[in-house]
Amino acid sequence: MSVFKRDKKEEEEGGGNPYQNLDKTIVLQESRYFNQTPVNPRKCCLILTKVLYLLNQGEKFTTQEATEAFFATTKLFQSKDVMLRRMVYLCIKELSGLAQDVIIVTSSLTKDMTGKEDLYRAAAIRALCSITDSTMLQAIERYMKQAIVDKNPAVSSAALVSALHLSSTAPDLVRRWANEAQEAIASDNAMVSYHALGVVAGSRKNDKLSMVKLVTRLGRSPLKSPYALCLLIRLAAQLVEDDDSDSSQSYIEFIECCLRHKSEMVIYEAAHAIVNLRKTTRDLAPAVSVLQLFCGSSKASLRLAGARTLARLTAKHPTAVAACAVDLENLISDSNRSVATLAVTTLLATGAESSVDRLMKQISSFVSEISDEFKIVVVRAIRRLCTKFPRKHQSLAAFLAGMLRDEGGLEYKAAIADAIIALVEENPDAKETGLAHLCEFIEDCEHTALAVRILHLLGREGPKSRQPSRYIRFIYNRVILESGPVRAAAVSAVAQFGAQRPELLPNIRVLLSRCQMDDEDEVRDRAIYYSAILDTSDPQLINDYIVNVPKPNPVLLEKALRDHLATTPDQSFDLKSVPSEEEPKENKEAIVEIEVRKPVQVSMEELYSEQLAKIPGIERVGPLFKTNPPVDLTEAETEYRVRLLKHVYARHVVLQFECINTLSDQILEDVHIRLEVPPEYEIKTEVPCQKLGYDKPESVFVVVEYPCAFLDSLGTFGATLEFTVKDCDPNTGVPDPDEGYADTYPLEEFDMGCSDQIRARAAADDWDQTWERSSNAPQASDTFVLPQNSVNEAASAVCEHLGLPKAAIVGEAVKEIRGGGIFRGGAPVLVRARLVSSPAGVTMQLAARSPREDVAQLLLAAVG
Amino acid sequence: MTPLSVRSNFFQATEPTLYIVKGMCILDSDGNRILAKYYDKDVLTTAKEQKAFEKNLFNKTHRANAEIIMLEGLTCVYKSNVDLFFYVMGSSHENELILQSVLNALYESVSILLRRNVEKRVLLENLDAVMLAFDEICDGGVILDSDPGSVVARAALRPDDVPLAEQTVAQVLQSAKEQLKWSLLK
Repeated sequence: MSVFKRDKKEEEEGGGNPYQNLDKTIVLQESRYFNQTPVNPRKCCLILTKVLYLLNQGEKFTTQEATEAFFATTKLFQSKDVMLRRMVYLCIKELSGLAQDVIIVTSSLTKDMTGKEDLYRAAAIRALCSITDSTMLQAIERYMKQAIVDKNPAVSSAALVSALHLSSTAPDLVRRWANEAQEAIASDNAMVSYHALGVVAGSRKNDKLSMVKLVTRLGRSPLKSPYALCLLIRLAAQLVEDDDSDSSQSYIEFIECCLRHKSEMVIYEAAHAIVNLRKTTRDLAPAVSVLQLFCGSSKASLRLAGARTLARLTAKHPTAVAACAVDLENLISDSNRSVATLAVTTLLATGAESSVDRLMKQISSFVSEISDEFKIVVVRAIRRLCTKFPRKHQSLAAFLAGMLRDEGGLEYKAAIADAIIALVEENPDAKETGLAHLCEFIEDCEHTALAVRILHLLGREGPKSRQPSRYIRFIYNRVILESGPVRAAAVSAVAQFGAQRPELLPNIRVLLSRCQMDDEDEVRDRAIYYSAILDTSDPQLINDYIVNVPKPNPVLLEKALRDHLATTPDQSFDLKSVPSEEEPKENKEAIVEIEVRKPVQVSMEELYSEQLAKIPGIERVGPLFKTNPPVDLTEAETEYRVRLLKHVYARHVVLQFECINTLSDQILEDVHIRLEVPPEYEIKTEVPCQKLGYDKPESVFVVVEYPCAFLDSLGTFGATLEFTVKDCDPNTGVPDPDEGYADTYPLEEFDMGCSDQIRARAAADDWDQTWERSSNAPQASDTFVLPQNSVNEAASAVCEHLGLPKAAIVGEAVKEIRGGGIFRGGAPVLVRARLVSSPAGVTMQLAARSPREDVAQLLLAAVG
Repeated sequence: MTPLSVRSNFFQATEPTLYIVKGMCILDSDGNRILAKYYDKDVLTTAKEQKAFEKNLFNKTHRANAEIIMLEGLTCVYKSNVDLFFYVMGSSHENELILQSVLNALYESVSILLRRNVEKRVLLENLDAVMLAFDEICDGGVILDSDPGSVVARAALRPDDVPLAEQTVAQVLQSAKEQLKWSLLK
């Protein structure tokens, strides 16, 4: 009994974990013991383990502490104990990133790596390569080459893996070991041949021809290691992607052959590769049937692998996946929730309209058990379903509303709200129900950000509904009950109703006047602002400041304001000069995937603003108006690669030539661009690039002033790259001492078009009114005959010329393009084009209206 | 951060590579870290992020023994015994079966090192050997060895322990039989 008691007590104190309450300073003090001779290996091992444990737990060591511990550790090379020596290597590796002067152990490690003890050699190589740099590397190069072809697999693997790590810092040095690595591919040991293949493939990454040779050769005499085969399959799949010719057929055959391998890992890799090939292969059936088999496996990883790969296939080949419906349905009740969720979402993506209700019932049976991330995946699948089967909106919306009422985090709730918002926007029938669900939700919503978004939506959509007054009650309730930001959003939403529904205006005035007494500044300010504008009863004013307010990109707005304060603070700031927020691009390929992290969407302008800031005097040309997508000025596989970015300002354009030197044995110095500009253009300054090293992108900037007349701005530019070539050592990048010689490199011509100079957007809902309102502005119109065969093609081409999104094309029989935008300099412009098919081609009548007549004419000139 | 380098990084993500393992860890029954290594310098870089991730991972996995989970953009395979949880993490596009083979190597090696007593107390007594096994299985994200037998042989044992190489043929056969039995029973 007493023993039991003691055990229990011990357990409470941390289960007898000797490492539980370690103190860094005490452990460091203990490490001084290493200086004694002789040492007790066991005791040393324990101390080293403590050090490693502390590091592993995330304890911070200062450089001095780490260096002290490191030097104490090096004393232990005196001991011959195998275990202790191995722990020493481990410590060296862990401390190498923190301590100073770590190269001091190079000679000890070199001795171990060339010694007789096999257990030392492999680990010593790895430790050595973790502390060495490219200059020291040359000294041990001979040993590394020998080690790669060593008959001991551990040594060979260690050398190869270390070579792989080093190739990120000294690629050219490691490339010289490729012959030895090549030899090691044929090793009997599976891991050695895998590592060797990795090193060889890495060194040939940029050399397509030799990669083709490698894959072809190894594909014929298959490798033994399953890992190596997986890698080979990936390499082959990559070659298929890059190669359009018939020769890619042989790679596909190799991959298909791997479907019959005995290792599941290889079979799966092959099936995965075939399914993911962008080109449609002849027959997906073998790969799909393999995945089907996986779905029925007893191992959860196999089921997940199968289900996940089938899910990926839904986007491209829904019919192939539909054939597996039975297998997937068996997975719905899978004990692994990841598998179940994938199965359901895949079924939802491929299923017929009739099966939707049944699937929804099955989802609701387990939706409460799964984690938020999976719920989000399910919500996204339902959202896609709403688009696919608009007639099902009633039951889908009810389901989403039910999920909205359940417990859940912000991200999950936001995903549901997004789905309902999308439903409201896409499906006019679902608008009323969707808005009603959202109204109910904000009654009891603890997430401020979400409530604000929904209020904004209610303000936008509510006034257009049949019974707008019922939403006002929900919105105004927020003003009474919620926190400041929500109240402010509610005030803005209420004002929208007043602006768009005149019959409600008197009531709205009363509500707004009540809000003028609010405690919060922002709420009061907004109430007063909106009241004042509504009181003017000026439709133009109400439209511009309440209904259609431009939303500038916040990041660029901040930058523009800073620049403005720094340069011309006494002039008034023009909000129109800031690029407006881009519509988020919808991901076309709707893949069922559990992907929680999303890349942050950054606009082109934000991306480059830092680089542009390097140009001296750039702040004098004013705020950036627009950055156009890059254009390649060279072929894909040439010695020098150049692509062009046009940064457009009000009266200037900055041409940024992004250059890459793909020759490792050359350095380009003093890189200029010789520019041939169209008449009336004037080159202001050029910022050359001093040095262009191998594979490091650098930019040359040329600032050009636009012609005074807008109409002259259309034209073609010619450009030539001018530079001084110097040969250099491909390994170190140090140029040869000689002078070098001057050379030029012609670049492709590029145009300055209308789309480059305009920030265009598709027409909003109230297009007819907008067009009507602009009737007194100068108009330019003309009729064109377009060479395209179909109206659709022609409309797309015109949109491209004018920089309009495809969404601007409306109408079925008679295509109409409706859009508008802002020209550089700030002149607004509206465009309308009508296209009809005629015997001669496509006839188009184009009209452009702008306060600046020359802008309207320019638009016509751009098409003509 | 130039845009071109962004693009090349993007390609590297999809390019065939040996850097497969993003991390490995062993947690105890309260979700505390016993050992953990993260290999990708872009994934879970700070100790704080790592511990938060481990907490989340543990909460999602300690009840349902479901082998595999997708979490925060990573595919995690796991296995537990008594009061220990073993995890191997890879990118969300990674071949699950490769990760599974690494997990298997980790678990079996530790199991052999601890003479089948896979529990926290015994593991802590042999922490140094387990650290060496970690190091032998994965080097900076590259799978170094996935055969438990050779991993154990490479993570050298103390002289008074019996290294695998010095076991008699009968002993090796016995342990092989036992392993087979266990795998059949599962």
